[in-house]
Amino acid sequence: MLRFALLRFLWAIPTLLLVIVLAFLMVHAAPGGPFDAERVLPPEIEDNIARAYHLDEPLPQQFTRYLKGLLKGDFGPSYRYRDYTVSELIGNAIPVSLKLGVLAMGLAVTVGIAAGTLSALRQNTVLDRVTMGFAMSGISIPVFVVAPLLILFFAVKLQWLPASWSGSNSSWRFLLPVVSLALPQVAYIARLTRASMIDVLGSDFIRTARAQGLGTISIVRYHAMKPAMLPVLSYMGPAIAAILTGSVVVEQIFGIPGVGQFFVRGALNRDYTLVLGIVIFYAALVIFLNFVVDVVYGFLDPRIRHR
Amino acid sequence: MSAGIVVSRVTTEMRRSRAVTISGGILIAIAVFAIIGPFISPHSYLTTDFDGRLAEPTLESFHLFGTDDLGRDLFVRTLLGGQVTLLVAIVASVVSLVIGVAYGAVAGYVGGRIDALMMRAVDALYALPFIFLVILLMVAFERNFLLIFVAIGAINWLDMARIVRGQTISLKQREFVDAAKLIGVPSWRIIFRHITPNLLGVVIVYITLTIPQAILVESFLSFLGLGIQEPQTSLGALVNGGVSQMEQAPWMLLIPAGLLAVILLCFNFLGDGLRDVFDPRQESR
Repeated sequence: MLRFALLRFLWAIPTLLLVIVLAFLMVHAAPGGPFDAERVLPPEIEDNIARAYHLDEPLPQQFTRYLKGLLKGDFGPSYRYRDYTVSELIGNAIPVSLKLGVLAMGLAVTVGIAAGTLSALRQNTVLDRVTMGFAMSGISIPVFVVAPLLILFFAVKLQWLPASWSGSNSSWRFLLPVVSLALPQVAYIARLTRASMIDVLGSDFIRTARAQGLGTISIVRYHAMKPAMLPVLSYMGPAIAAILTGSVVVEQIFGIPGVGQFFVRGALNRDYTLVLGIVIFYAALVIFLNFVVDVVYGFLDPRIRHR
Repeated sequence: MSAGIVVSRVTTEMRRSRAVTISGGILIAIAVFAIIGPFISPHSYLTTDFDGRLAEPTLESFHLFGTDDLGRDLFVRTLLGGQVTLLVAIVASVVSLVIGVAYGAVAGYVGGRIDALMMRAVDALYALPFIFLVILLMVAFERNFLLIFVAIGAINWLDMARIVRGQTISLKQREFVDAAKLIGVPSWRIIFRHITPNLLGVVIVYITLTIPQAILVESFLSFLGLGIQEPQTSLGALVNGGVSQMEQAPWMLLIPAGLLAVILLCFNFLGDGLRDVFDPRQESR
Protein backbone atom coordinates (compact mmCIF):
# COMPACT_ATOMS: atom_id res chain seq x y z
CA MET A 1 0.00 0.00 0.00
CA LEU A 2 2.78 2.38 0.97
CA ARG A 3 4.67 1.42 -2.20
CA PHE A 4 1.55 2.12 -4.25
CA ALA A 5 1.04 5.53 -2.67
CA LEU A 6 4.69 6.42 -3.13
CA LEU A 7 4.59 5.40 -6.79
CA ARG A 8 1.56 7.56 -7.39
CA PHE A 9 3.24 10.44 -5.68
CA LEU A 10 6.30 10.05 -7.89
CA TRP A 11 4.05 10.37 -10.95
CA ALA A 12 2.54 13.55 -9.59
CA ILE A 13 5.86 15.39 -9.50
CA PRO A 14 6.71 15.27 -13.23
CA THR A 15 3.08 16.11 -14.03
CA LEU A 16 3.24 19.27 -11.96
CA LEU A 17 6.65 20.12 -13.37
CA LEU A 18 5.25 19.73 -16.88
CA VAL A 19 2.50 22.24 -16.09
CA ILE A 20 4.98 24.69 -14.64
CA VAL A 21 7.27 24.48 -17.67
CA LEU A 22 4.37 24.74 -20.14
CA ALA A 23 2.76 27.65 -18.34
CA PHE A 24 6.06 29.47 -17.87
CA LEU A 25 7.02 29.08 -21.52
CA MET A 26 3.59 30.18 -22.71
CA VAL A 27 3.76 33.38 -20.72
CA HIS A 28 7.29 34.14 -21.83
CA ALA A 29 6.59 33.40 -25.48
CA ALA A 30 3.86 36.04 -25.43
CA PRO A 31 4.44 38.80 -27.96
CA GLY A 32 4.96 42.15 -26.25
CA GLY A 33 6.12 42.68 -22.70
CA PRO A 34 3.93 42.85 -19.62
CA PHE A 35 4.67 46.54 -19.24
CA ASP A 36 3.74 47.64 -22.74
CA ALA A 37 1.36 50.51 -22.17
CA GLU A 38 -0.13 53.25 -24.29
CA ARG A 39 2.36 55.70 -22.82
CA VAL A 40 5.81 55.26 -24.31
CA LEU A 41 8.44 55.17 -21.59
CA PRO A 42 12.02 56.36 -22.03
CA PRO A 43 14.31 53.38 -22.77
CA GLU A 44 16.29 53.86 -19.53
CA ILE A 45 13.14 53.45 -17.46
CA GLU A 46 12.11 50.41 -19.45
CA ASP A 47 15.54 48.91 -18.79
CA ASN A 48 15.14 49.62 -15.11
CA ILE A 49 11.74 47.96 -14.96
CA ALA A 50 13.09 44.95 -16.84
CA ARG A 51 15.99 44.71 -14.42
CA ALA A 52 13.78 45.08 -11.35
CA TYR A 53 11.62 42.15 -12.49
CA HIS A 54 14.64 40.16 -13.75
CA LEU A 55 13.27 40.25 -17.29
CA ASP A 56 16.72 41.04 -18.67
CA GLU A 57 18.10 37.64 -17.68
CA PRO A 58 18.20 34.72 -20.10
CA LEU A 59 15.14 32.45 -19.99
CA PRO A 60 16.68 29.41 -18.22
CA GLN A 61 18.00 31.67 -15.46
CA GLN A 62 14.57 33.27 -15.07
CA PHE A 63 13.00 29.84 -14.88
CA THR A 64 15.32 28.50 -12.18
CA ARG A 65 14.77 31.72 -10.22
CA TYR A 66 11.02 31.24 -10.51
CA LEU A 67 11.22 27.57 -9.56
CA LYS A 68 13.34 28.34 -6.50
CA GLY A 69 10.76 30.91 -5.48
CA LEU A 70 7.94 28.39 -5.92
CA LEU A 71 9.65 25.93 -3.59
CA LYS A 72 9.54 28.62 -0.93
CA GLY A 73 5.91 29.42 -1.73
CA ASP A 74 6.88 32.66 -3.45
CA PHE A 75 5.09 33.30 -6.74
CA GLY A 76 6.82 36.60 -7.38
CA PRO A 77 5.37 40.12 -7.50
CA SER A 78 2.12 40.98 -9.25
CA TYR A 79 2.61 43.07 -12.38
CA ARG A 80 -0.64 44.97 -11.95
CA TYR A 81 -1.48 45.05 -8.25
CA ARG A 82 1.49 47.08 -7.12
CA ASP A 83 2.85 46.43 -3.62
CA TYR A 84 1.27 42.98 -3.57
CA THR A 85 2.98 39.68 -4.20
CA VAL A 86 1.04 36.99 -6.03
CA SER A 87 1.28 34.79 -2.94
CA GLU A 88 -0.44 37.48 -0.85
CA LEU A 89 -3.21 37.91 -3.39
CA ILE A 90 -3.84 34.16 -3.61
CA GLY A 91 -3.49 33.67 0.13
CA ASN A 92 -6.08 36.32 0.96
CA ALA A 93 -8.53 34.90 -1.54
CA ILE A 94 -8.20 31.23 -0.55
CA PRO A 95 -10.53 31.03 2.50
CA VAL A 96 -13.72 32.13 0.73
CA SER A 97 -13.00 30.00 -2.36
CA LEU A 98 -12.21 27.00 -0.21
CA LYS A 99 -15.48 27.35 1.70
CA LEU A 100 -17.41 27.65 -1.55
CA GLY A 101 -15.72 24.62 -3.07
CA VAL A 102 -16.03 22.37 -0.03
CA LEU A 103 -19.71 23.20 0.45
CA ALA A 104 -20.46 22.60 -3.24
CA MET A 105 -18.56 19.32 -3.22
CA GLY A 106 -20.38 18.16 -0.08
CA LEU A 107 -23.75 19.04 -1.56
CA ALA A 108 -22.93 17.36 -4.87
CA VAL A 109 -21.80 14.12 -3.23
CA THR A 110 -24.68 13.76 -0.75
CA VAL A 111 -27.53 14.75 -3.08
CA GLY A 112 -26.00 13.00 -6.08
CA ILE A 113 -25.51 9.66 -4.30
CA ALA A 114 -28.94 9.81 -2.67
CA ALA A 115 -30.73 10.62 -5.93
CA GLY A 116 -28.77 8.01 -7.89
CA THR A 117 -29.43 5.25 -5.35
CA LEU A 118 -33.12 6.07 -5.21
CA SER A 119 -33.30 6.05 -9.00
CA ALA A 120 -31.56 2.68 -9.15
CA LEU A 121 -33.96 1.14 -6.63
CA ARG A 122 -36.98 2.47 -8.54
CA GLN A 123 -35.57 1.73 -11.97
CA ASN A 124 -37.82 2.63 -14.92
CA THR A 125 -40.50 4.24 -12.77
CA VAL A 126 -41.68 7.81 -13.17
CA LEU A 127 -39.41 8.89 -10.30
CA ASP A 128 -36.40 7.39 -12.08
CA ARG A 129 -37.25 9.04 -15.40
CA VAL A 130 -37.80 12.45 -13.83
CA THR A 131 -34.58 12.25 -11.82
CA MET A 132 -32.57 11.16 -14.83
CA GLY A 133 -34.18 13.86 -16.98
CA PHE A 134 -33.07 16.43 -14.44
CA ALA A 135 -29.64 14.86 -14.35
CA MET A 136 -29.28 15.09 -18.14
CA SER A 137 -30.25 18.77 -18.03
CA GLY A 138 -27.85 19.32 -15.15
CA ILE A 139 -24.99 17.87 -17.17
CA SER A 140 -25.88 19.80 -20.31
CA ILE A 141 -26.59 23.24 -18.92
CA PRO A 142 -23.42 25.09 -17.99
CA VAL A 143 -22.85 26.80 -14.64
CA PHE A 144 -22.82 30.24 -16.21
CA VAL A 145 -26.36 29.67 -17.46
CA VAL A 146 -27.69 28.07 -14.27
CA ALA A 147 -26.33 30.76 -11.96
CA PRO A 148 -27.93 33.78 -13.72
CA LEU A 149 -31.22 31.91 -14.03
CA LEU A 150 -31.20 31.18 -10.30
CA ILE A 151 -30.44 34.85 -9.60
CA LEU A 152 -33.18 35.97 -11.96
CA PHE A 153 -35.71 33.75 -10.23
CA PHE A 154 -34.78 33.74 -6.54
CA ALA A 155 -33.16 37.13 -6.15
CA VAL A 156 -34.71 39.43 -8.76
CA LYS A 157 -38.20 38.01 -9.05
CA LEU A 158 -38.97 36.49 -5.65
CA GLN A 159 -36.39 38.57 -3.76
CA TRP A 160 -35.82 35.72 -1.32
CA LEU A 161 -32.06 35.67 -1.50
CA PRO A 162 -29.34 38.25 -2.08
CA ALA A 163 -28.27 38.55 -5.73
CA SER A 164 -24.70 39.55 -5.06
CA TRP A 165 -22.04 38.97 -2.48
CA SER A 166 -21.54 42.54 -1.32
CA GLY A 167 -25.27 43.18 -0.90
CA SER A 168 -25.54 41.06 2.22
CA ASN A 169 -23.64 39.77 5.19
CA SER A 170 -25.64 36.70 6.21
CA SER A 171 -24.50 33.20 5.35
CA TRP A 172 -27.51 32.96 3.03
CA ARG A 173 -25.34 34.61 0.43
CA PHE A 174 -23.52 31.28 0.10
CA LEU A 175 -26.66 29.44 -0.93
CA LEU A 176 -27.08 30.43 -4.59
CA PRO A 177 -23.37 30.22 -5.48
CA VAL A 178 -23.01 26.82 -3.82
CA VAL A 179 -26.16 25.44 -5.46
CA SER A 180 -25.24 26.65 -8.94
CA LEU A 181 -21.72 25.30 -8.54
CA ALA A 182 -22.94 21.93 -7.26
CA LEU A 183 -25.80 21.26 -9.70
CA PRO A 184 -23.83 19.85 -12.66
CA GLN A 185 -21.83 17.63 -10.29
CA VAL A 186 -25.03 16.46 -8.56
CA ALA A 187 -26.24 15.42 -11.99
CA TYR A 188 -23.04 13.56 -12.90
CA ILE A 189 -22.78 11.77 -9.60
CA ALA A 190 -26.47 10.81 -9.67
CA ARG A 191 -26.06 9.22 -13.12
CA LEU A 192 -22.88 7.41 -12.14
CA THR A 193 -24.38 6.14 -8.89
CA ARG A 194 -27.52 4.92 -10.63
CA ALA A 195 -25.59 3.01 -13.30
CA SER A 196 -23.16 1.35 -10.92
CA MET A 197 -25.84 0.65 -8.30
CA ILE A 198 -27.97 -1.12 -10.90
CA ASP A 199 -24.90 -3.09 -11.89
CA VAL A 200 -24.10 -4.11 -8.32
CA LEU A 201 -27.70 -4.89 -7.41
CA GLY A 202 -27.81 -7.38 -10.28
CA SER A 203 -24.77 -9.32 -9.05
CA ASP A 204 -24.79 -12.74 -7.41
CA PHE A 205 -23.78 -11.77 -3.90
CA ILE A 206 -26.76 -9.41 -3.69
CA ARG A 207 -29.07 -12.23 -4.76
CA THR A 208 -27.60 -14.37 -2.01
CA ALA A 209 -28.21 -11.61 0.52
CA ARG A 210 -31.80 -11.30 -0.71
CA ALA A 211 -32.28 -15.05 -0.49
CA GLN A 212 -31.21 -14.90 3.13
CA GLY A 213 -34.07 -12.51 3.72
CA LEU A 214 -32.27 -9.21 4.06
CA GLY A 215 -34.35 -6.08 3.48
CA THR A 216 -33.60 -3.59 0.73
CA ILE A 217 -32.26 -0.97 3.12
CA SER A 218 -29.76 -3.32 4.76
CA ILE A 219 -28.70 -4.70 1.39
CA VAL A 220 -27.94 -1.25 0.06
CA ARG A 221 -26.31 -0.09 3.25
CA TYR A 222 -24.14 -3.07 4.11
CA HIS A 223 -23.53 -4.81 0.79
CA ALA A 224 -24.20 -2.71 -2.29
CA MET A 225 -23.04 0.76 -1.27
CA LYS A 226 -19.31 0.17 -1.04
CA PRO A 227 -18.74 -1.54 -4.40
CA ALA A 228 -21.19 0.83 -6.09
CA MET A 229 -19.20 3.81 -4.87
CA LEU A 230 -16.00 2.89 -6.72
CA PRO A 231 -16.93 4.53 -10.06
CA VAL A 232 -18.16 7.57 -8.15
CA LEU A 233 -14.87 7.75 -6.30
CA SER A 234 -12.90 7.61 -9.54
CA TYR A 235 -15.02 10.48 -10.82
CA MET A 236 -13.94 12.62 -7.85
CA GLY A 237 -10.81 13.80 -9.66
CA PRO A 238 -12.68 15.26 -12.65
CA ALA A 239 -15.34 16.57 -10.26
CA ILE A 240 -12.74 18.52 -8.31
CA ALA A 241 -11.40 20.03 -11.52
CA ALA A 242 -14.94 20.90 -12.65
CA ILE A 243 -15.77 22.59 -9.35
CA LEU A 244 -12.57 24.58 -9.59
CA THR A 245 -13.41 25.67 -13.15
CA GLY A 246 -16.98 26.42 -12.17
CA SER A 247 -15.87 28.49 -9.20
CA VAL A 248 -14.13 30.87 -11.60
CA VAL A 249 -17.47 31.59 -13.28
CA VAL A 250 -19.53 31.60 -10.10
CA GLU A 251 -17.21 34.00 -8.32
CA GLN A 252 -17.38 36.25 -11.36
CA ILE A 253 -21.19 36.20 -11.53
CA PHE A 254 -21.84 36.71 -7.82
CA GLY A 255 -18.91 39.04 -7.27
CA ILE A 256 -17.21 36.82 -4.68
CA PRO A 257 -13.64 37.96 -3.93
CA GLY A 258 -12.07 34.53 -4.32
CA VAL A 259 -9.14 33.10 -6.24
CA GLY A 260 -11.26 32.68 -9.38
CA GLN A 261 -12.13 36.34 -9.54
CA PHE A 262 -8.48 37.33 -9.28
CA PHE A 263 -7.75 34.83 -11.99
CA VAL A 264 -10.25 36.35 -14.43
CA ARG A 265 -9.19 39.89 -13.58
CA GLY A 266 -5.57 38.96 -13.99
CA ALA A 267 -6.34 37.32 -17.34
CA LEU A 268 -8.22 40.37 -18.64
CA ASN A 269 -5.52 42.77 -17.36
CA ARG A 270 -2.69 40.63 -18.69
CA ASP A 271 -1.20 40.38 -15.22
CA TYR A 272 1.16 37.60 -16.30
CA THR A 273 2.66 36.67 -12.95
CA LEU A 274 -0.72 36.58 -11.24
CA VAL A 275 -2.27 34.35 -13.93
CA LEU A 276 0.81 32.14 -14.06
CA GLY A 277 0.78 31.82 -10.28
CA ILE A 278 -2.90 30.92 -10.11
CA VAL A 279 -2.60 28.38 -12.94
CA ILE A 280 0.25 26.67 -11.08
CA PHE A 281 -1.66 26.86 -7.80
CA TYR A 282 -4.77 25.31 -9.40
CA ALA A 283 -2.71 22.64 -11.12
CA ALA A 284 -0.93 21.73 -7.89
CA LEU A 285 -4.27 21.54 -6.10
CA VAL A 286 -5.90 19.34 -8.73
CA ILE A 287 -2.88 17.05 -9.01
CA PHE A 288 -2.63 16.69 -5.23
CA LEU A 289 -6.34 15.96 -4.78
CA ASN A 290 -6.20 13.44 -7.62
CA PHE A 291 -3.34 11.76 -5.84
CA VAL A 292 -5.44 11.58 -2.67
CA VAL A 293 -8.37 10.12 -4.60
CA ASP A 294 -6.06 7.51 -6.19
CA VAL A 295 -4.71 6.44 -2.82
CA VAL A 296 -8.18 6.19 -1.29
CA TYR A 297 -9.26 4.15 -4.30
CA GLY A 298 -6.31 1.83 -3.90
CA PHE A 299 -7.23 1.47 -0.25
CA LEU A 300 -10.82 0.51 -1.05
CA ASP A 301 -10.10 -1.67 -4.06
CA PRO A 302 -7.09 -3.97 -3.53
CA ARG A 303 -7.12 -5.00 -7.20
CA ILE A 304 -5.82 -1.57 -8.17
CA ARG A 305 -2.79 -1.43 -5.94
CA HIS A 306 -1.58 -4.91 -6.90
CA ARG A 307 -1.74 -4.26 -10.60
CA MET B 1 -34.44 -14.05 -20.26
CA SER B 2 -38.11 -13.63 -19.51
CA ALA B 3 -40.56 -12.08 -21.93
CA GLY B 4 -40.97 -9.05 -19.70
CA ILE B 5 -37.26 -8.22 -19.83
CA VAL B 6 -37.19 -8.63 -23.60
CA VAL B 7 -40.13 -6.30 -24.01
CA SER B 8 -38.62 -3.67 -21.71
CA ARG B 9 -35.30 -4.00 -23.55
CA VAL B 10 -36.96 -3.43 -26.91
CA THR B 11 -38.99 -0.46 -25.73
CA THR B 12 -35.87 1.12 -24.20
CA GLU B 13 -34.05 0.58 -27.48
CA MET B 14 -36.91 2.24 -29.37
CA ARG B 15 -37.06 5.15 -26.98
CA ARG B 16 -33.32 5.63 -27.38
CA SER B 17 -33.41 5.66 -31.14
CA ARG B 18 -36.33 8.07 -31.00
CA ALA B 19 -34.13 10.31 -28.85
CA VAL B 20 -31.43 10.04 -31.51
CA THR B 21 -33.81 11.00 -34.30
CA ILE B 22 -35.40 13.89 -32.44
CA SER B 23 -32.20 15.42 -31.08
CA GLY B 24 -30.46 14.96 -34.44
CA GLY B 25 -33.39 16.61 -36.19
CA ILE B 26 -33.39 19.58 -33.82
CA LEU B 27 -29.65 20.05 -34.29
CA ILE B 28 -29.94 20.02 -38.08
CA ALA B 29 -32.82 22.49 -37.88
CA ILE B 30 -30.77 24.80 -35.65
CA ALA B 31 -27.78 24.56 -37.98
CA VAL B 32 -29.84 25.35 -41.09
CA PHE B 33 -31.59 28.19 -39.32
CA ALA B 34 -28.34 29.65 -37.96
CA ILE B 35 -26.90 29.73 -41.47
CA ILE B 36 -29.95 31.05 -43.35
CA GLY B 37 -31.46 33.25 -40.62
CA PRO B 38 -29.01 36.17 -40.84
CA PHE B 39 -29.76 36.48 -44.59
CA ILE B 40 -33.49 36.72 -43.99
CA SER B 41 -33.27 39.43 -41.35
CA PRO B 42 -33.09 43.06 -42.54
CA HIS B 43 -30.68 43.85 -39.70
CA SER B 44 -26.93 43.37 -39.47
CA TYR B 45 -25.10 42.09 -36.41
CA LEU B 46 -23.02 45.27 -36.31
CA THR B 47 -25.44 48.17 -36.70
CA THR B 48 -26.01 50.00 -33.44
CA ASP B 49 -29.18 51.98 -32.79
CA PHE B 50 -29.04 54.21 -29.75
CA ASP B 51 -32.74 55.04 -29.82
CA GLY B 52 -33.72 51.40 -29.93
CA ARG B 53 -31.61 50.05 -27.08
CA LEU B 54 -32.86 47.12 -24.99
CA ALA B 55 -35.99 46.87 -27.12
CA GLU B 56 -38.29 43.98 -26.33
CA PRO B 57 -38.75 41.24 -28.90
CA THR B 58 -41.31 42.39 -31.48
CA LEU B 59 -42.51 41.28 -34.88
CA GLU B 60 -43.11 44.69 -36.49
CA SER B 61 -39.53 46.02 -36.53
CA PHE B 62 -38.34 42.45 -37.13
CA HIS B 63 -36.28 42.49 -33.93
CA LEU B 64 -37.56 39.00 -33.24
CA PHE B 65 -35.31 38.52 -30.19
CA GLY B 66 -35.19 42.23 -29.20
CA THR B 67 -32.05 44.35 -29.12
CA ASP B 68 -29.07 44.58 -26.79
CA ASP B 69 -27.70 47.48 -24.77
CA LEU B 70 -26.15 49.00 -27.90
CA GLY B 71 -29.32 48.59 -29.93
CA ARG B 72 -27.93 45.75 -32.01
CA ASP B 73 -30.38 43.17 -33.29
CA LEU B 74 -30.26 40.08 -31.09
CA PHE B 75 -31.90 37.75 -33.59
CA VAL B 76 -28.95 38.01 -35.96
CA ARG B 77 -26.42 38.06 -33.14
CA THR B 78 -27.87 34.96 -31.51
CA LEU B 79 -27.82 33.05 -34.79
CA LEU B 80 -24.26 34.21 -35.39
CA GLY B 81 -23.37 32.95 -31.93
CA GLY B 82 -25.03 29.66 -32.83
CA GLN B 83 -22.84 29.45 -35.94
CA VAL B 84 -19.69 29.91 -33.84
CA THR B 85 -20.88 27.27 -31.40
CA LEU B 86 -21.49 24.74 -34.16
CA LEU B 87 -18.20 25.65 -35.84
CA VAL B 88 -16.27 25.00 -32.65
CA ALA B 89 -18.07 21.69 -32.44
CA ILE B 90 -16.74 20.71 -35.86
CA VAL B 91 -13.18 22.06 -35.67
CA ALA B 92 -12.48 20.98 -32.11
CA SER B 93 -13.84 17.51 -32.71
CA VAL B 94 -11.72 17.06 -35.84
CA VAL B 95 -8.61 18.09 -33.90
CA SER B 96 -9.40 15.80 -30.99
CA LEU B 97 -10.22 13.02 -33.44
CA VAL B 98 -6.88 13.26 -35.24
CA ILE B 99 -4.81 13.37 -32.05
CA GLY B 100 -6.88 10.82 -30.15
CA VAL B 101 -7.07 8.25 -32.94
CA ALA B 102 -3.39 8.51 -33.86
CA TYR B 103 -2.26 8.27 -30.23
CA GLY B 104 -4.64 5.48 -29.28
CA ALA B 105 -4.04 3.41 -32.40
CA VAL B 106 -0.26 3.61 -32.08
CA ALA B 107 -0.34 2.74 -28.37
CA GLY B 108 -2.72 -0.15 -28.92
CA TYR B 109 -0.91 -1.54 -31.92
CA VAL B 110 2.65 -1.27 -30.64
CA GLY B 111 1.70 -2.56 -27.18
CA GLY B 112 4.15 -3.59 -24.48
CA ARG B 113 6.23 -1.06 -22.64
CA ILE B 114 5.58 1.82 -25.02
CA ASP B 115 1.84 1.28 -24.69
CA ALA B 116 2.07 1.18 -20.89
CA LEU B 117 4.09 4.38 -20.84
CA MET B 118 1.80 6.16 -23.29
CA MET B 119 -1.31 5.23 -21.34
CA ARG B 120 0.30 6.16 -18.05
CA ALA B 121 0.98 9.58 -19.58
CA VAL B 122 -2.71 9.85 -20.50
CA ASP B 123 -3.62 8.99 -16.90
CA ALA B 124 -1.31 11.73 -15.69
CA LEU B 125 -2.70 14.23 -18.20
CA TYR B 126 -6.21 13.48 -16.95
CA ALA B 127 -5.22 15.15 -13.73
CA LEU B 128 -4.31 18.41 -15.47
CA PRO B 129 -6.69 21.33 -15.39
CA PHE B 130 -6.18 21.97 -19.12
CA ILE B 131 -8.74 24.71 -19.31
CA PHE B 132 -6.51 26.98 -17.25
CA LEU B 133 -3.65 26.39 -19.65
CA VAL B 134 -5.96 27.37 -22.50
CA ILE B 135 -6.83 30.56 -20.64
CA LEU B 136 -3.14 31.23 -20.20
CA LEU B 137 -2.71 30.72 -23.94
CA MET B 138 -5.53 33.20 -24.56
CA VAL B 139 -3.86 35.73 -22.27
CA ALA B 140 -0.46 35.35 -23.84
CA PHE B 141 -1.41 35.43 -27.50
CA GLU B 142 -3.69 37.29 -29.84
CA ARG B 143 -7.09 35.69 -29.61
CA ASN B 144 -8.09 34.47 -33.01
CA PHE B 145 -10.79 32.01 -33.91
CA LEU B 146 -8.49 29.28 -35.07
CA LEU B 147 -6.20 29.29 -32.04
CA ILE B 148 -9.18 29.02 -29.70
CA PHE B 149 -10.74 26.17 -31.65
CA VAL B 150 -7.53 24.20 -32.05
CA ALA B 151 -6.63 24.66 -28.38
CA ILE B 152 -10.03 23.36 -27.34
CA GLY B 153 -9.68 20.35 -29.61
CA ALA B 154 -6.19 19.67 -28.31
CA ILE B 155 -7.41 19.22 -24.74
CA ASN B 156 -10.26 16.86 -25.50
CA TRP B 157 -8.50 13.85 -27.00
CA LEU B 158 -7.79 11.79 -23.88
CA ASP B 159 -11.05 9.82 -23.81
CA MET B 160 -10.79 9.21 -27.52
CA ALA B 161 -7.25 7.86 -27.17
CA ARG B 162 -8.34 5.38 -24.47
CA ILE B 163 -11.31 4.09 -26.42
CA VAL B 164 -9.35 3.79 -29.66
CA ARG B 165 -6.51 1.94 -27.91
CA GLY B 166 -8.94 -0.62 -26.51
CA GLN B 167 -10.51 -1.20 -29.90
CA THR B 168 -7.13 -1.42 -31.62
CA ILE B 169 -5.94 -4.12 -29.23
CA SER B 170 -8.88 -6.30 -30.14
CA LEU B 171 -8.61 -5.50 -33.85
CA LYS B 172 -4.92 -6.31 -34.17
CA GLN B 173 -5.61 -9.98 -33.33
CA ARG B 174 -7.86 -10.33 -36.36
CA GLU B 175 -6.87 -12.30 -39.45
CA PHE B 176 -6.69 -9.38 -41.84
CA VAL B 177 -3.95 -7.80 -39.76
CA ASP B 178 -2.01 -11.05 -39.75
CA ALA B 179 -2.47 -11.26 -43.50
CA ALA B 180 -1.19 -7.73 -43.96
CA LYS B 181 1.84 -8.48 -41.77
CA LEU B 182 2.49 -11.63 -43.72
CA ILE B 183 2.79 -9.83 -47.02
CA GLY B 184 5.12 -7.29 -45.44
CA VAL B 185 2.98 -4.19 -45.00
CA PRO B 186 4.85 -1.78 -42.70
CA SER B 187 3.40 -1.15 -39.23
CA TRP B 188 2.43 2.48 -39.75
CA ARG B 189 0.54 1.48 -42.87
CA ILE B 190 -1.30 -1.29 -41.02
CA ILE B 191 -2.24 1.17 -38.32
CA PHE B 192 -3.52 3.90 -40.58
CA ARG B 193 -4.86 1.98 -43.56
CA HIS B 194 -6.14 -1.24 -42.03
CA ILE B 195 -6.98 -0.56 -38.41
CA THR B 196 -8.25 3.02 -38.24
CA PRO B 197 -10.98 2.58 -40.88
CA ASN B 198 -12.44 -0.17 -38.68
CA LEU B 199 -12.64 2.16 -35.72
CA LEU B 200 -15.21 4.38 -37.40
CA GLY B 201 -18.33 3.31 -35.50
CA VAL B 202 -16.85 3.76 -32.04
CA VAL B 203 -15.14 6.98 -33.07
CA ILE B 204 -18.39 8.54 -34.30
CA VAL B 205 -20.09 7.79 -30.99
CA TYR B 206 -17.33 9.32 -28.92
CA ILE B 207 -17.05 12.36 -31.18
CA THR B 208 -20.69 13.12 -30.45
CA LEU B 209 -19.90 12.92 -26.76
CA THR B 210 -16.80 15.13 -27.13
CA ILE B 211 -18.67 17.88 -28.96
CA PRO B 212 -20.70 19.16 -26.00
CA GLN B 213 -17.51 19.35 -23.95
CA ALA B 214 -15.82 21.45 -26.63
CA ILE B 215 -18.85 23.73 -26.83
CA LEU B 216 -18.81 24.11 -23.05
CA VAL B 217 -15.15 25.14 -23.04
CA GLU B 218 -15.63 27.70 -25.82
CA SER B 219 -18.70 29.28 -24.25
CA PHE B 220 -16.95 29.28 -20.87
CA LEU B 221 -14.02 31.22 -22.34
CA SER B 222 -16.28 33.61 -24.22
CA PHE B 223 -18.42 34.13 -21.15
CA LEU B 224 -15.35 35.28 -19.23
CA GLY B 225 -14.44 37.62 -22.10
CA LEU B 226 -11.41 35.49 -23.00
CA GLY B 227 -12.79 33.77 -26.07
CA ILE B 228 -14.44 35.23 -29.16
CA GLN B 229 -13.95 39.01 -29.22
CA GLU B 230 -16.39 41.81 -30.13
CA PRO B 231 -17.92 42.58 -32.55
CA GLN B 232 -17.86 38.86 -33.33
CA THR B 233 -19.90 36.92 -30.86
CA SER B 234 -20.70 33.48 -29.52
CA LEU B 235 -23.44 32.17 -27.31
CA GLY B 236 -21.21 32.34 -24.24
CA ALA B 237 -20.42 36.00 -24.92
CA LEU B 238 -24.12 36.74 -25.44
CA VAL B 239 -25.01 35.08 -22.13
CA ASN B 240 -22.37 37.24 -20.49
CA GLY B 241 -23.94 40.37 -21.99
CA GLY B 242 -27.34 39.14 -20.86
CA VAL B 243 -26.21 38.69 -17.26
CA SER B 244 -25.27 42.36 -16.96
CA GLN B 245 -28.70 43.46 -18.27
CA MET B 246 -30.88 40.72 -16.84
CA GLU B 247 -33.06 42.99 -14.69
CA GLN B 248 -34.01 45.40 -17.48
CA ALA B 249 -33.88 43.02 -20.41
CA PRO B 250 -34.25 39.37 -19.36
CA TRP B 251 -34.60 38.26 -23.01
CA MET B 252 -30.94 39.17 -23.54
CA LEU B 253 -30.09 36.39 -21.09
CA LEU B 254 -32.88 33.90 -21.70
CA ILE B 255 -32.72 33.54 -25.49
CA PRO B 256 -29.00 32.79 -25.98
CA ALA B 257 -28.90 30.76 -22.75
CA GLY B 258 -31.89 28.75 -23.97
CA LEU B 259 -30.35 28.09 -27.37
CA LEU B 260 -27.05 27.02 -25.81
CA ALA B 261 -28.86 24.69 -23.41
CA VAL B 262 -30.90 23.14 -26.25
CA ILE B 263 -27.81 22.55 -28.40
CA LEU B 264 -25.91 20.94 -25.51
CA LEU B 265 -28.87 18.79 -24.47
CA CYS B 266 -29.36 17.57 -28.04
CA PHE B 267 -25.70 16.63 -28.45
CA ASN B 268 -25.73 14.77 -25.13
CA PHE B 269 -28.90 12.87 -26.00
CA LEU B 270 -27.54 12.11 -29.46
CA GLY B 271 -24.25 10.80 -28.10
CA ASP B 272 -25.94 8.75 -25.39
CA GLY B 273 -28.40 7.26 -27.85
CA LEU B 274 -25.73 6.46 -30.43
CA ARG B 275 -23.57 4.82 -27.80
CA ASP B 276 -26.41 2.53 -26.79
CA VAL B 277 -27.06 1.59 -30.38
CA PHE B 278 -23.44 1.08 -31.52
CA ASP B 279 -21.73 0.08 -28.33
CA PRO B 280 -24.17 -1.63 -25.99
CA ARG B 281 -21.39 -2.93 -23.75
CA GLN B 282 -20.61 0.53 -22.43
CA GLU B 283 -22.95 1.39 -19.57
CA SER B 284 -24.51 4.76 -20.15
CA ARG B 285 -23.78 7.15 -17.36
